[in-house]
Amino acid sequence: MSEQHSSPNQAASAAFEAEIQMPSIEHPLREAARMFARNKAAVGGLILLIGILLLTLVVPFFYTVDPFDLVWAPLSPPGTENVPFGTDYLGRDILAGIVHGGRATLAVGGAAAILAVIIGLSVGSLAGYYGGWVDEVLMRITEFFQVLPTLLFAMVIVALFKPSVATVAFAIGVVSWTAVARLARSEFLRIRSLDYVKSARSIGSSNRRIIWLVILPNAMPPLMVQATLAVGGAILFEAGLSFLGLADPNVMSWGFMIGSSRDYLMDAWWTVTIPGIFIFLTVLAVSLIGDGLNDATNPKLRER
Amino acid sequence: MPERLLEIEDLRVEFKTRDGIAKVIDNLNISLQTGETLGIVGESGCGKSMTALSIMGLVPIPPGRIAGGRILLDGEDLLQASEPRMREVRGNEISMIFQEPMTSLNPVYSIGDQIAETARLHEGLSRADAMARALEMLRAVGIPAAERRINEYPHQMSGGMRQRVMIAMALACKPRVLIADEPTTALDVTVQAQIFDLLNDLKEKTGTAIIMITHDMGAIAEMAQRVVVMYAGHIIEQADVGQILTDPRHPYTQGLIRCVPHLTQTPSVERPPLLEIPGVVPALSQLGSGCSFAPRCQYADAKCRAEMPPSTAIDSGHDVACWLTEREAAA
Repeated sequence: MSEQHSSPNQAASAAFEAEIQMPSIEHPLREAARMFARNKAAVGGLILLIGILLLTLVVPFFYTVDPFDLVWAPLSPPGTENVPFGTDYLGRDILAGIVHGGRATLAVGGAAAILAVIIGLSVGSLAGYYGGWVDEVLMRITEFFQVLPTLLFAMVIVALFKPSVATVAFAIGVVSWTAVARLARSEFLRIRSLDYVKSARSIGSSNRRIIWLVILPNAMPPLMVQATLAVGGAILFEAGLSFLGLADPNVMSWGFMIGSSRDYLMDAWWTVTIPGIFIFLTVLAVSLIGDGLNDATNPKLRER
Repeated sequence: MPERLLEIEDLRVEFKTRDGIAKVIDNLNISLQTGETLGIVGESGCGKSMTALSIMGLVPIPPGRIAGGRILLDGEDLLQASEPRMREVRGNEISMIFQEPMTSLNPVYSIGDQIAETARLHEGLSRADAMARALEMLRAVGIPAAERRINEYPHQMSGGMRQRVMIAMALACKPRVLIADEPTTALDVTVQAQIFDLLNDLKEKTGTAIIMITHDMGAIAEMAQRVVVMYAGHIIEQADVGQILTDPRHPYTQGLIRCVPHLTQTPSVERPPLLEIPGVVPALSQLGSGCSFAPRCQYADAKCRAEMPPSTAIDSGHDVACWLTEREAAA
């Protein structure tokens, strides 16, 4: 800590001006970053996620084996020559599947989660803030989506349109926003009646300003956790759809690998376990980051 | 001739409840002059805070409804003003500070940002200019080491400090009217005195008129020049602070004054017993046609229970709504 405050008494008007500029205002984002860096689990999650991103975005340029090519004897166990992760029932290289299939998995998971958060946040915040008939209508719509069997509904959407990365992401996003919406609504309902919202209104803030700049930052911690859970959930959902054979059969993904090899689970564990481990690690990394973000952005926790 | 800054005429506010329509404020007439501190006194639930919210245009509608009247700020009727116009008024011309400094500040922004927000909203200042204004305001409200504390968050400050921040926020745009809704109720007694001094001091410097809402006659004695006593949505007595404290006419006002403990120099001296006002403020939907205070009033007679007393001037600037004054005049 530097102790360089000049005595306020000697501040002439020029010095006064200088002093106004002087206080080193640490930007809230920088402070949050510092807090995040102090959280070992969160940093671990971030490193893990960066590793996975490198593996799926950069490594494919170096490991150019086509994941659909039949390269070795079927069901070769890991450690076999040329195929460190073994091969599946057709003799496809599992390492190539991991390397090339991650992109689709992450893209679908990320896009679906973003879509779920956007829809859920819009619906939930408007319903919670305005209440009354707006709340009534939006919540009935939410309930409609909630009572639909999600997997079935997603299957219908994928079946109606051509199964591609985009439609799968859309289908997952459309069925999984309700949790975000309900959480956002409850947070907005709670926060909108708090005194600092009243006081924001009393200094002349508009509804839009109150929603975005007053209530949303205060509702962020639980929503952030929910959003990261949504990413994890979407990745698992994508795996589920692929497992059922509903994903694009021409695009390799981790879920597709598990799905296509499911009959060989008892005989060749590696064909489903290895992509399963990668899905698990990705979801874990995202969850750890979400938890760390929650702690870092909550000023009340910063003092600890 | 002092200028009439804010004038409330025949204001009526109603709330829809399960038991029917509750007249939260009935025929309220108040005028506030430039540089004046007006005290509004009364128990919980007598319409003080609703008066404040009406002036701010923040009465929750529904279930609330402005049933009639006018609120004139410099001749402009705020009840007819559009919402965008009201947003300009709030914080810029009329500001408000709340009872609970512990929860009235947004926990995720630094106090500097929150004070600067007012200036940015109304004067379109850049962040740096607004922060300079915030620093100036923090100094004006007497926060020590303001240049360090400007970056602190509300949870790092005590209640008294937070109330100072609230005052800084409210006064950042030099409003003409400051509504203080029980600003010291949640604070320690010593801190209360500091806040009163601060408000009086700032009023002198900026000329802001203050509407001070409280149930504490001590606070009124400290702050106000004129006093309005409210009961169940009505003004029952209105006078200069000296008249109210020395010559209260309405039994309710007398009761409010008697229930404040007084310190005496020698504690052994026999002190007058502290008297309470029996009962509670009646539910607004259950008001009959008579004086709303009659059920709790020791002087009440049949006339009080049957008919609402009109507000009568018993002295220059001293209005009372009570049948007693008429009885006394007749006697």
